[in-house]
Amino acid sequence: MAKNDVKVLGAWPSPYVMRPRIALNIKSVNYEFLEEKFDSKSELLLQSNPVHKKVPVLIHDDKPICESMIIVEYIDEVWTSGPSILPSDPYDRAIHRFWAAYVDEKWFAAMKGLRSAQGEERKAFLDRVIEGLALLEEAFGKCSKGKAFFGGDRIGLLDIAFGSFLAWLKVTEKVNGVKLLDEAKTPGLVKWAERFCADAAVKSVMPETEKLLEFSKFLAAKMKGAPPPKN
Amino acid sequence: MAEEILLFGAWGSPFSRRVEMALKLKGIEYKYIEEDITNKSPSLLKYNPVHKKIPVLVHNGKPVAESLVILEYIDETWKDSPILSKDPYERANARFWAKFIDEKCLSAIFKACWGEEKEHEKAVEEASELLQFLENELKEKRYFGGETVGLLDIAANIIGYWLGVFEEASGAELLTREKFPKLCNWANEFVSVSAIKENLPPRDKLIAYLRNRFGVGTTSK
Repeated sequence: MAKNDVKVLGAWPSPYVMRPRIALNIKSVNYEFLEEKFDSKSELLLQSNPVHKKVPVLIHDDKPICESMIIVEYIDEVWTSGPSILPSDPYDRAIHRFWAAYVDEKWFAAMKGLRSAQGEERKAFLDRVIEGLALLEEAFGKCSKGKAFFGGDRIGLLDIAFGSFLAWLKVTEKVNGVKLLDEAKTPGLVKWAERFCADAAVKSVMPETEKLLEFSKFLAAKMKGAPPPKN
Repeated sequence: MAEEILLFGAWGSPFSRRVEMALKLKGIEYKYIEEDITNKSPSLLKYNPVHKKIPVLVHNGKPVAESLVILEYIDETWKDSPILSKDPYERANARFWAKFIDEKCLSAIFKACWGEEKEHEKAVEEASELLQFLENELKEKRYFGGETVGLLDIAANIIGYWLGVFEEASGAELLTREKFPKLCNWANEFVSVSAIKENLPPRDKLIAYLRNRFGVGTTSK
């Protein structure tokens, strides 16, 4: 298949953009990565995702697919000759989808809150993040059944959903001077994180922590230096 | 093997009604348990410890939570009368709009009906922009799912029935025939399907509940 049949519109710091890239790597699908500039949105992006105007967007044979986890499921359904990303059992699939939704809607929301919060609020967000990790540690035990990943022997949907946040998690640990993944409290996840980051499908698209940390400082400075909102 | 299917729900919730609609469309028998969300049962807390919310489907003792996750589980487990296309692109499309409804539409509709008065016009405009996307998505189809009711129709139950009830309860005007002729036609078709009709909460009861809970709304006459 020609390389330009599959394009991903994205940005290197985005955990959401990592997701379809990992999925395409798992399936050994060649694709063209079109990097969006930081402060402006390309015509192609605005045309392909008029509703949200956000990355990632997968463009397959000129058809756009939006929303990172929806793209991952699409990739799994189209490229069936590669390893499966979703489990085959409907109940296991439901569990992966449930926790993927939890990671996006509850856990990462708390992580984002932690990034911008001050004082007392910070402690509250930190507690929520840590509680969430405890739940995910438990989920890991149940889903992996002693194997390497949430998906079993290989990376699955939930590995992708949660693992894509690991670079930001490391940045958050550095910025806040806390350990979020901890050998004592979340031993399963600590080992899982190492395996995930080292996986061939992930390594090439996971941003380096230092680079992301710099970007995070740049973002924070930009937000502070932003002109006051007009009334 | 005897199948046991339990559904924990709440009579007025579009989310738990979605699950009932899917089960009814597929002719699946289940036992319904009404939850008082102000006084949650130990069973609910056991089956959904993470969110402590309805709906929860319990199939042979195994719980599934989150309405859209449940809909996909139902479709994958009981293959008669499918609610999702086999085509990956159409599936992605249905999932995209279902997520759009849950993440954007509901809160915008709510704000337009029960938000602050000074924000009312803006809230109506924002909700209308969102509804316009759905109006355009419908095109010339009878249902979002094509010839038969699909996952997106079920997810859009909020638009198909609850929105009209919110409008009546609060006095807000959103889904007008002039602005959204296709959506209005679709809503009529949707609520006429027997598996859907049987699963709509009684209108008056819902209006009374909403007014009691949220007040009479910014634009009530």
